[in-house]
Amino acid sequence: MNSELLLQLLLNGIIVGMLYGVVAMCFVLIYKSTQVVNFAQGEFLVLGGWVCLSLVIQMGLPFFLAFLFTLVFMAIFGIVVQQIILRPLIGEPIISVIMVTIGLSIFMQSLMNWVFGNDAKRFPDIFGSLSVISIGGLNVETAYVMSLVLSLVIMAVFYFFFRFTRHGLAMRATAFNQQIAQSLGISVKQTFAMAWAISALVSGVAGVVMGIVSAVSNSLAFVGIKVFPAVIVGGLDSIVGAVVGGLIIGVLENLAEFIDGEYLHIGNLYTIAPFYVLIIILMIKPYGLFGTKDIERI
Amino acid sequence: MGHVPNPRPAGDFRTSYIGDNALFKTRFEGKAALGIVLALVIAAPFLSNYVLSQLIVISIYSIAALGLNILVGVTGQISLGHGAFFGFGAFASAWIVNSFGIPALIAIPLAGLLTTAVGMIFGVPAARIKGLYLAIATLASQFILEDFFARAEWFSGGVYGALAERPTFFGFIFDTDLSYFYLVLFWVVASIVAVTNLLRSRDGRALVAVRDHYLSAEIMGVNLTKYRILSFGISSFFAGLAGALFAHYLEFVSVEGFTILLSIQFLAMIIIGGLGSVYGTILGAIFVLLLPQVMEGAATSAAGLFPALETGKAYIKEMSVGAAIILFLIFEPEGLIHRWRVIRASWKLFPFAR
Repeated sequence: MNSELLLQLLLNGIIVGMLYGVVAMCFVLIYKSTQVVNFAQGEFLVLGGWVCLSLVIQMGLPFFLAFLFTLVFMAIFGIVVQQIILRPLIGEPIISVIMVTIGLSIFMQSLMNWVFGNDAKRFPDIFGSLSVISIGGLNVETAYVMSLVLSLVIMAVFYFFFRFTRHGLAMRATAFNQQIAQSLGISVKQTFAMAWAISALVSGVAGVVMGIVSAVSNSLAFVGIKVFPAVIVGGLDSIVGAVVGGLIIGVLENLAEFIDGEYLHIGNLYTIAPFYVLIIILMIKPYGLFGTKDIERI
Repeated sequence: MGHVPNPRPAGDFRTSYIGDNALFKTRFEGKAALGIVLALVIAAPFLSNYVLSQLIVISIYSIAALGLNILVGVTGQISLGHGAFFGFGAFASAWIVNSFGIPALIAIPLAGLLTTAVGMIFGVPAARIKGLYLAIATLASQFILEDFFARAEWFSGGVYGALAERPTFFGFIFDTDLSYFYLVLFWVVASIVAVTNLLRSRDGRALVAVRDHYLSAEIMGVNLTKYRILSFGISSFFAGLAGALFAHYLEFVSVEGFTILLSIQFLAMIIIGGLGSVYGTILGAIFVLLLPQVMEGAATSAAGLFPALETGKAYIKEMSVGAAIILFLIFEPEGLIHRWRVIRASWKLFPFAR
C-alpha cells in the first residue's frame, strides 16, 4: 500500500472535485431556476477558456483585463443563448429541451474546433503556476492551490448572493414557484436571463482556471459530462448537493485510479467509475443526497 | 410527451374498428408503399455504387432510428445510449459468426435478440425513474457499454476491432452493394411492417398510454414496469439488428464508431422526422444523413467566394447537424412528417386551406 500516492491522489481529487462542484453548481442553477438541463455546460467552460486565451495571446492584453472581458462576454453569451434558443421552448416536453441543448453542444463544439483549432494551448506562465509548493509533505503546483482558492471564493460569492441580495432572493423565489414570484412583481424573464448569465459566466471562470491548471483544449468539455454523476449524487436541485457531489466524484475517480493502479490493473477505471456510481445511485436513491423528492398526485 | 396532431382531411371517415386498425389507412397509402418498394427493387441494378451505398446506410440507420422512435416517440422514455446498443449489435453479430461458426444471415437477427436482452437490463432503471433522470441513466449506459467494447477482447476484439464477413446464402455471397441492398431492403420492410403492426395492437396502445398519462394507464390495467422495460427491449432489438447489418456491410467493426455522437444522431433523426411516426423516422434518417453531404457540397462551391470555408468543411458538416436539431425544435417541433401532412391536407382541401 503506497500511502503517499494515496494522499497525493486524494488531494488531487479534492482540488479537481471542487472544480467539478463549481461547474455542477452552474448546472444546478440553470436547472433549478429554469427547469432546463444544460448539456452544453462543458462547452460553455471551454468557450470561456478559449476566449480568455485568445485575448491574452493574440490581442496581447494583460491577463486581468482579458479575464474581465471574458466575464462580460460569457454573461452576454449566456443571455443570448437563453433568449434565442431556450425561450421558444418554454413549456415544451423535456425531450425537446434536452435535445436543444445537445444540439447546441454539438454546434458549439465543432464551431470551436474550427475557430480555435484542435490542439491544446497553454496560457503563458503568469503566476509562476508551474512552481511547486509543499503542503504537509505533499507537492502541489501553485496553479492547483489557486484553483482551490478560486473555487472556494466562487462558492462563497454564490452563498452570499443567494442569501443576502435582492436578486438572489428573487431567483430563489422564482425557483420555488414561478407564478407566485411573478405576482409579487419579480420579472421571471429577467430572472431566467440572469440565471443563464451567471451560469455561463461562472463556467467561463472554471474554464479559465482549468486552462491555467492544465491547458485549454476542446477535450475539457468532458467536465460537462462528469457533472452529471456529480449532480445526481448531490441531488439535481440542490446547490449544496452540487458541491458535495462534485467533491465526491472528484475524490472517487482518483480513488478508483489508485485501486486500479495498485490492485486491479483493469485500466481506465478513472473515467468509467463515476458512471457505475451514477447507475447505483439512480437505482437506490434517485433524488440524490440533497434533492427534493418529486411527489406526484393524481 | 405532447399530443401529435394528425390533420385528417375531410371525407376520410373511419366507419369500423377494423378500418381504424388497418395496416394502411387508405387504399392509396398501401399502393404507394408497395410502389416505392417495387420501384427500389427494380431500379436498384441501374443505380451507381455511390447511390446504392447511400441507400444501404440510410436503410440501416432507419431501422435503428425506428427502434428509438418506439422508445422515445411512442412510449415517451428517453435514451441517450442508442448508439451503444447499435454498436453492441454489431459486435454481437461478429462474435456469433466468429466464435460459433453460425452463418451470418442467422447471426444478424440473433444479434438483435442478444441486444434486446442487454437493452432490457439497462432499461431496468426506467421502471423507477423517468424524464431527465432516465436520460442521465442511459447516458451512463452509453459510456459503460463503450468501455465494455474497448475492454472485452473475447467479445469485441478490444482495440483491434472485429472482422465481420459478408453473409452467404447456399453458396451465394452478398458481396456486392447491389445484393446487400436487397438484403437490407428486406429487413427495412420487415421492420416497418412489424412496427406498424405493433402500433395497432393492444401492446402498442399500451405503450402510447404510458406516454400520454402513465397514471391513467396504470389505473386502466397497463403494467407500467413491464411496458417500460418492454419498450427498451423492442428498441434495442432494432438497434442490434441494424448494428449487425452495418457490421456485415463494412466487414469490420471498430471500437471508435459507436460514441455518444451516434446516439445523438439517432435522436436527431426521430426529432427531425417526427416523434412517434414510422414514415417520419425514415424521412428523418434521410435528412440527417444527407444534410452533411449537401452542406459539404455547398461549402465547396462557396469556397471560391470565401476561401476560409475550404478548411472548415469538416466542421460545417458537424455544425449543420447541431443547427438542424436546434432549428427544427424551435420552428417545426413536430418534424418533417407534420409538414408533409399539412401539405397533403391543403392539397386535398384546396380552395379552403392555405
